[in-house]
Amino acid sequence: MSDITFIRAESVTTEPRLTRGVLIGVTMALIAVLLFAPLIAVFAEALSRGWAAAVASLASPDARSAIRLTLIVAAIAVPLNAVFGIAAAWAITKFDFRGKAFLITLIDLPFSVSPVVAGLALVLLFGVNSSLGAWLVANDLRIVFAFPGIVLATMFVTFPFVARELIPVMIEQGRAEEEAALTLGASGWRTFFTVTLPNIRWALLYGVLLCNARAMGEFGAVAVISGKIRGETTTMPIMIEMLYNEYLSVAAFSLAAVLALLALVTLTLKSLLEWRHADLLAATRRH
Amino acid sequence: MRASILRSPSPLPGFGLSFGVMVAVLSIVVLLPIGTLLGRGLMIGPGELWGMVNSRRIWSALSLSFRAALAASLFNLVFGLVLAWVLVRYRFWGRRFVDAAVDLPFALPTAVAGIALTALYAPNGVFGQMLAPLGIKVAYTEAGIWMALIFIGLPFVVRTVQPVIEELDREVEEVSATLGARRAYTLRRVVLPTLAPAALTGFALALARSVGEYGSVIFIAGNIPNLTEIAPLLIVIRLEEYNYDAAAAIGIAMLLISFAMLLAINLVQIWSRRRIGLV
Repeated sequence: MSDITFIRAESVTTEPRLTRGVLIGVTMALIAVLLFAPLIAVFAEALSRGWAAAVASLASPDARSAIRLTLIVAAIAVPLNAVFGIAAAWAITKFDFRGKAFLITLIDLPFSVSPVVAGLALVLLFGVNSSLGAWLVANDLRIVFAFPGIVLATMFVTFPFVARELIPVMIEQGRAEEEAALTLGASGWRTFFTVTLPNIRWALLYGVLLCNARAMGEFGAVAVISGKIRGETTTMPIMIEMLYNEYLSVAAFSLAAVLALLALVTLTLKSLLEWRHADLLAATRRH
Repeated sequence: MRASILRSPSPLPGFGLSFGVMVAVLSIVVLLPIGTLLGRGLMIGPGELWGMVNSRRIWSALSLSFRAALAASLFNLVFGLVLAWVLVRYRFWGRRFVDAAVDLPFALPTAVAGIALTALYAPNGVFGQMLAPLGIKVAYTEAGIWMALIFIGLPFVVRTVQPVIEELDREVEEVSATLGARRAYTLRRVVLPTLAPAALTGFALALARSVGEYGSVIFIAGNIPNLTEIAPLLIVIRLEEYNYDAAAAIGIAMLLISFAMLLAINLVQIWSRRRIGLV
C-alpha cells in the first residue's frame, strides 16, 4: 500500500516543475532586458537633468510645432484609413467578386515594403522631376517636402491596419443580420449604422488604436518625403532625430518620452479592449 | 461594373461605393507610387539598373540588411515560440502584465526605440559599461543592428502562435503520453508541427518588417559604409544627393529580394500545412 504514488492529472500535459521554473525565469529576464530596459531608458534620459529641464525643452517652439504637426497628421490620416478600412471590409466580406484574394494581398502590400522605399516611391510620383510633379508645382500644389506628402506617407505605412482587423470579424459575423434589416425595410445606410457598425465597433476601435500609434510614430517614410524643414515639416519623430544629432539629449528624450507615454496609453487601452471584448476580437487573433 | 465583377448576386447594397472607395484609395496611396517606382526601373532598363546596384557599398548594405533581419527574426522565432508557450500554459505572477507588454514594440515609435537602445548600449550606457569588460561592443556594430531588429520584431511570432496554443487540444498530448512518449518527444513531434504554420507566418511578418526597418537601426548602427550601413539608409543618402535613379535602383532591388523571400516562406508554409493535414 505504501508505494502507491499519486500522480496529478495535469502532469502528463505539462513540463516538469524545474523546466517550467527555468523557462519562466529565462523568458522574463529576456523581456526585462529586451523590452523594459529601453522603455525605462527613455524616461531616465529625459529626466537626467531634472523635471524642469525636460518640461522646458517641451515648451520650445520646435517641440511645440512638432507635437502640433504630428497631431494634425494623425487626425487626418487615421480617419481616412478608417473609412478606407470600412469600405474595403464591406466590399470584401459582404460580396463575392473576382480577384478578391489578390486585392487582399495588395492591401497587405505596405507591410512588406520598407517605409523608406514607400517614401521614395511617393517622391518619384509627386516630385518635381516627374510629369505629375511638374504639373503640381506649376499649379502651386506642393506634396513632396510639404504637409500632404507627410499625410500620404503616413497613410501608406498604416494602410492595412483597420482593414485587417475588420475583415476577419466581419467574415465571422456573416451577412444575415444586414439581410434581415433590409428585408424589414431599412435603407442601406441605416442598416450600416444600426446593424453593422455596432457589431464591428470594438474591432474598429482596436484597428484605429494600432493605426494611430503607428501614424504618430512613423519615421522612415516621413523622413524621406518631409524634407525635414525645421518647424514646418518636422513631426515628433523627425524632431527627435534632429535634436539627438545636435547632441541635445534631454530635449530629444523628453520628446521621446511623450511618444513613449502615448505608447503606454495605447497598450493600456488595447489590453482593456482585449480583456473586455475577448470574444468579439477572437476572430481577429485566430486568423 | 456590378454585373461584370460580382460572382454571385448579393441582396446587400453599397458594392459600387465600397469597392470604388477601396480601389481609389488603394491606387492613390499604394499602387500608383509603387508602380511609379517599378516604372522608373523599366525606364532606366535592366542593364543600367544592374550597373547601378553592382557596387561593393550597395552589396554590403543589401547583404547586411537581409543578414541582420534573418538573424534577428530567427532569434524571435525561437524566443517567440517559447514566450507564447510560457504565457499561455504557465501561471505565474505578472503574467497578464507581460502579455500586454509584448506589444510594446508595436506601440513605441521606432525612432524612440532607436535612441533608447543606443543610450543603453553605447560605451557609456548602462549595458554598454557592463559588456565592455567582456570585450563585447554592441552599439555602432552589427550586433547593435541585431538588438534593434530583435526589439521591433519581437511581438510578431508571439502574437501569431499564441491563439493556436490556446486552441490546442490537450487530449492529443495525453494520448501521446499514454502511448509512451516522453514530454520532450511529444513537444517535438506532436505540438511543434501544429504550431509551425502560425510560427512561419509570424517569422515572415517579422522578417519583412526588419528588412526594411530604418528608424530604430540608424541610431545604433553607426552607419559606417561597407560595415554597418543598411540598405534603406543608402536610399536616403542617394535621395539627399538628388540621385533619384540610384535610389530607385536600390529600392527596386530591396522590393525584389523581399518578394522572393516572402514567396519562399509561403511555399514552406504550404508544405508545413499539408504535412499536418491543414490544407
